[in-house]
Amino acid sequence: MIHQLMQRRTLLRGAGLIGAAAGMNALLPAWARSGSPGLAAKGSATLGGNDIRLIVDRTMLGVDGRAGHAVAINGTVPAPLLRLREGERVRLTVDNRLDEPTSIHWHGLLVPFEMDGVPGVSFPGIAPRSSFSYEFVLKQAGTYWYHSHSGLQEQIGHYGPLIIDPAGADPIAYDREHVLVLSDWTFLHPHTLFTRLKQEAGFWNRQKTTLAGRDGTDRMSDEDRRMFARMRMDPTDIADVTAAAYTYLLNGHSPGENWTGLFRPGERVRLRIVNAAAQTIFNLRVPGLRLTVVATDGIPVRPVEVDELQIGNAETYDLIVAPDDRAYSIVAETIDRSGMAVATLAPRLGLRAAVPPLRPRPTLGMKDMGMGGMDHAARGHGAMDMRDEARVQFPVGPGVDMIAPMPADRTGDPGIGLDQVGHRVLTYRDLVALEPRQDRRAPTRRIDIHLTGNMERFMWSMDGAQLSESPEPYRFARNERVRLRLINDTMMTHPMHLHGHFFEIVNGQGDLQPLKHTIRVLPGGYVDLDLTADAPGDWAFHCHLLYHMHAGMMRVVTVRPLDGDAA
Amino acid sequence: MTRFLIALLAAGAAAPALAQHAGHSAAAEAPPVEAHQDHAAADPACPPEHAAMGHCTPATPHGAATQAPPIGPAPAEAMAGPEHAADAVWDRAAMGASRETLRREHGDMPVSKVMIDRLEWQGRRGENGYAWDMDAWHGGDVDKLWLKSEGEGGSRLEHGEVQALWSHAIDPWFDLQLGLRQDFGSGPDRSWLAAGVEGLAPYWFEIDAAVFVSSKGEVVARAEAEYDLRITQRLILQPRAELNLSAQESAALRLGAGLSKAALGLRLRYELDRRFAPYAGVEYERAFGDTADFRRAAGERRGGWNVLMGVRAWF
Repeated sequence: MIHQLMQRRTLLRGAGLIGAAAGMNALLPAWARSGSPGLAAKGSATLGGNDIRLIVDRTMLGVDGRAGHAVAINGTVPAPLLRLREGERVRLTVDNRLDEPTSIHWHGLLVPFEMDGVPGVSFPGIAPRSSFSYEFVLKQAGTYWYHSHSGLQEQIGHYGPLIIDPAGADPIAYDREHVLVLSDWTFLHPHTLFTRLKQEAGFWNRQKTTLAGRDGTDRMSDEDRRMFARMRMDPTDIADVTAAAYTYLLNGHSPGENWTGLFRPGERVRLRIVNAAAQTIFNLRVPGLRLTVVATDGIPVRPVEVDELQIGNAETYDLIVAPDDRAYSIVAETIDRSGMAVATLAPRLGLRAAVPPLRPRPTLGMKDMGMGGMDHAARGHGAMDMRDEARVQFPVGPGVDMIAPMPADRTGDPGIGLDQVGHRVLTYRDLVALEPRQDRRAPTRRIDIHLTGNMERFMWSMDGAQLSESPEPYRFARNERVRLRLINDTMMTHPMHLHGHFFEIVNGQGDLQPLKHTIRVLPGGYVDLDLTADAPGDWAFHCHLLYHMHAGMMRVVTVRPLDGDAA
Repeated sequence: MTRFLIALLAAGAAAPALAQHAGHSAAAEAPPVEAHQDHAAADPACPPEHAAMGHCTPATPHGAATQAPPIGPAPAEAMAGPEHAADAVWDRAAMGASRETLRREHGDMPVSKVMIDRLEWQGRRGENGYAWDMDAWHGGDVDKLWLKSEGEGGSRLEHGEVQALWSHAIDPWFDLQLGLRQDFGSGPDRSWLAAGVEGLAPYWFEIDAAVFVSSKGEVVARAEAEYDLRITQRLILQPRAELNLSAQESAALRLGAGLSKAALGLRLRYELDRRFAPYAGVEYERAFGDTADFRRAAGERRGGWNVLMGVRAWF
């Protein structure tokens, strides 16, 4: 099977690339190999049990026949699938063979804070040429993932999927499953990517408005053009890093390498989708198939049918599809539509479906400027103060280029560019928890947290302060029930992740508010989240766009008292 | 558990028909809800945008959960316990060091850029010449060291200058720049104090304006503005204007008081790469008032058109 596959790949890539092709398949865990019959076939790189060893080391990864520098776990990108069972105690020993520190954060797992894997917050990190054992009890089930929280290692391969099977019956029924790990690969050094953004924030954007685009292809009114120009904002700044730097991967495969997942017609196929990209938000669809969303961030939701959904960095979605006897393309188009990750679902290896072309790139609008709460007539009344310091409680410095004048609740929006695509797109308001929430208390207080930045200087912060400024942590009392309002004062979508907790999206579903560990906050909008701060310790809270976090968009959350402290 | 195993087995090898009916639980059998096609609010009479403005209160099916709690500070017990939780578990010194690394790697990292904005041959009436305008910076988000240099010449160097400036961000788009300027070339080698602002004005105009005070007490000023008009993603037309002013007449500097020199240029560049672009252009440059008289007295023209060819590059 594998032999056949490699022959095919070799043919596809041409004789000169034999070495690279063979090398690459060796770097892919079995579940991520093209032609994978699904996890049930149990590849050798699916790790299970209660005592797991992970080796972090440098390696070369082949993408489209070209080799690039990667940091891999057990020699594979993505890292091995960890298949664990709810209720069990697991020990994960990490050998760091790098010449720099590393770490593994178990994204979405409810673990004691000292096992959460964030150097400088939960533990000191894993020093070069040393090892560290994580040990914890698995308190949940579902689709999760793990990744480095050190430097920019996550960009170059240090990520992998993690599935926890439920202790009892799975509330989600399926005949076969595939894990789909989305990522963005670059042959450049991640520091080069970041430096370019600092030198010229729009460096990677090759879809700016132009004079030539005034024929209509820019899709902007003159009024909006003027407004954006006056504000020194780029209406095409949808993604910081684009296909100009990235090759988008699905299970480590480029579109040309076409990862193929197999099924038998008539099966209910569960797709466990993880966005492990460093800086890319994807819009995912499988033309020809209805997608039934059955879980997000590991937690089951009431099945809801859509044709497309946006998936922010670090979000996970479980989908059920029921394919017929034909091939389908899994299309994960980037939010700025500069590129896509593509893979195939097919009943037999070798079949391929048509891949739709990239759709025209969207432009930002009034809602993204934080004027969503305003009707069209109102905004005609002269200039709005787009940086009104009286609206916030923190000092407004050079790092804050905008304060949304009239932010709207955007949980009912599907994401930038998706409100007029002619089919149904998931919104956060469509998500309804399967189980009623455990904490029925109403929140006792609300705190507003502004997501702030300066697009031109590529500065990113929360409440106007970068982590480098050592701002005060956000402090919660243990078991406090609190409402977080995340207000996006920027024109980019920020997938915000709070470690150690799930929060509920206040989306009108009452006791069935869905649980999430990572939430996309749309530009110029806000989202309300109800949180029970039940995990004592210190936790990271940050934007999961890696370069936003690296630029300072991160804070520490403290929950006290700790075990053993006097209250 | 049994159901799960059945599903797994079925997925691996067994007949799909068996699996079809083996593992479906009640939840997954329930007919899926259709997503909101129009993404309308839960309460159409009161969209959240209006609710946010206080125009209305949406009807809520599950009242308590959506009642807005007041904004408030953390309760006292949130301040209990150690400053850093991890210090209670791990080695304090190691935690301290990793916290410092965390702080250093999340914001304000030092970055550098070298920009050769204009490096050009100038076709002039009479003697042809050359000009350059470049800068380099290094630093964090707010404070940077800037070096700037510009100058021009023909068969010999007419004027050259270098500046070393401390640059401090004063708002999202502008930096205040303070430092020294040193002239060289065929004129007097003056040393100056420099104070200016550089940044991005509304409608994307790049502005650089500075006042200079020489060690001899002369005061001059210069303002430059550039605009990048993208014709396509790679073809960019750049109008550029420069004004030079002098507070006094100076025979040594060959300057009259008031507006001394102005230039208006148009450069069309093609970005082979975002960082490397050859260009061609034209520029009209002339002296005014007494400055023009100084030029004429030296047998030079007051000003005129130049044809330009050059490169813009940065790294």
